[in-house]
Amino acid sequence: MNEPAQPKLRVATTSLAGCFGCHTSFLDIDERLLELLKHIEFDRSPLTDIKHCGPCDIGIIEGGVCNAENVHVLREFRANCKILIAIGACAINGGLPAQRNHLSLAEVLEEVYHAQHGLVDGFIPNDPELPLPLDKVHPLHEVVKIDYFIPGCPPSADAIWKVLTDLLDGREPELGHDLIHYD
Amino acid sequence: MINTFTLDGMSIPFSEGQTIIQAAMAAGVYIPHLCFNPQFKPHGSCKLCTVKVNGRQSSSCTHQALSGMVVESNTTQINDERRMLLQMLFVEGNHFCPSCEKSGNCQLQATAYELHMMSPHFDQFFPDRAVDASHPEYLLDFNRCILCSLCVRASRDVDSKNVFALSGRGIKSRLIVNAKSGLLADTDFCGDDKAANVCPVGVILKKRIGFAVPIGQRSFDEQPISASPHPVMKEV
Ligand code: SF4
Ligand code: SF4
Ligand code: FES
Repeated sequence: MNEPAQPKLRVATTSLAGCFGCHTSFLDIDERLLELLKHIEFDRSPLTDIKHCGPCDIGIIEGGVCNAENVHVLREFRANCKILIAIGACAINGGLPAQRNHLSLAEVLEEVYHAQHGLVDGFIPNDPELPLPLDKVHPLHEVVKIDYFIPGCPPSADAIWKVLTDLLDGREPELGHDLIHYD
Repeated sequence: MINTFTLDGMSIPFSEGQTIIQAAMAAGVYIPHLCFNPQFKPHGSCKLCTVKVNGRQSSSCTHQALSGMVVESNTTQINDERRMLLQMLFVEGNHFCPSCEKSGNCQLQATAYELHMMSPHFDQFFPDRAVDASHPEYLLDFNRCILCSLCVRASRDVDSKNVFALSGRGIKSRLIVNAKSGLLADTDFCGDDKAANVCPVGVILKKRIGFAVPIGQRSFDEQPISASPHPVMKEV
């Protein structure tokens, strides 16, 4: 097959306060990944292990923002990516991690590290390398501008494929009834 | 002579006394709506059913059909406004669909799919609302209430029980249970009540059947809400 005339688009991906389910769903595009790789190359991503996001055409972010490091990574993506996509329920509305928003952070830490049954001499970790948790978990669009959203928990591989191929073909991404899901 | 009006250019027949949405539904044309249910008197509160009647915005669930009127519904401008109303409903409550028993059977969610709501757009309120699990058979998860008043109307007008009421004003509006304790267990609410089977979202839920039909095989997974606005839910 001929090489595409156009230079490959650079794509970065990351998971913030997410479970990697959206990345797993992305990999579920299966052999279409090979087709995709004819048109894109990965920058920072769990697939490449590149640690920082450089200038990119598309950034794809799974998970909401639950700690200070998430905010830094999200801003780095926004500064470097021409198009930023929020993927999955957590990135879009906080999702499962945001279910802690109804409890105070102190209560949560106390319960998880100290008070919970079965913990012996538990203490709240305070290593300076650990990012500080935020008071509340937030969706991405509350912190930076997001250009496109792929809802779902996780979105299906077909939904992700549809959005990426729409963008690669220069179309406005659109998910029909079979592909738009919040669950 | 048959009375007709036009809706997005189509000629819609109606009979005396019908509202725009009733006539449209009878003709098989979908107008998005949440607080309207054909079995009840309209409430006119959610404004999802807003249309333009001879150029002026009005709720199609309360506006009577008149001969010759020109109604616009499926336009970019009206759908943009409807989507914004949906986004406000989503952020005002706590709608975590992946863990909601109603997901796939929910009219709020299905309407949001229909109107291509890709994100809630606004900042989340994350309000604190307690769940009422006091009743042995039913659960009330107020986190998802959109204040459509259908349970209020059903309990009052069909069941003659007045179990539910809307209380407060504006952003402080909330659904309450008419009992001294405020708990459902202390009312005469029961599963045969109309009010037990009318909530368009995931507030009034029968216990222990939540995932009998798996997510992905539910009413609005199979057909968009525009094809079947009030399907008989596949619940045991
Ligand atoms: S009530 Fe509807 S919109 Fe709300 S969480 Fe449940 S399925 Fe989602
Ligand atoms: S509980 Fe359900 S039916 Fe009752 S007002 Fe809330 S959303 Fe409407
Ligand atoms: S359906 Fe008409 S105002 Fe709610």
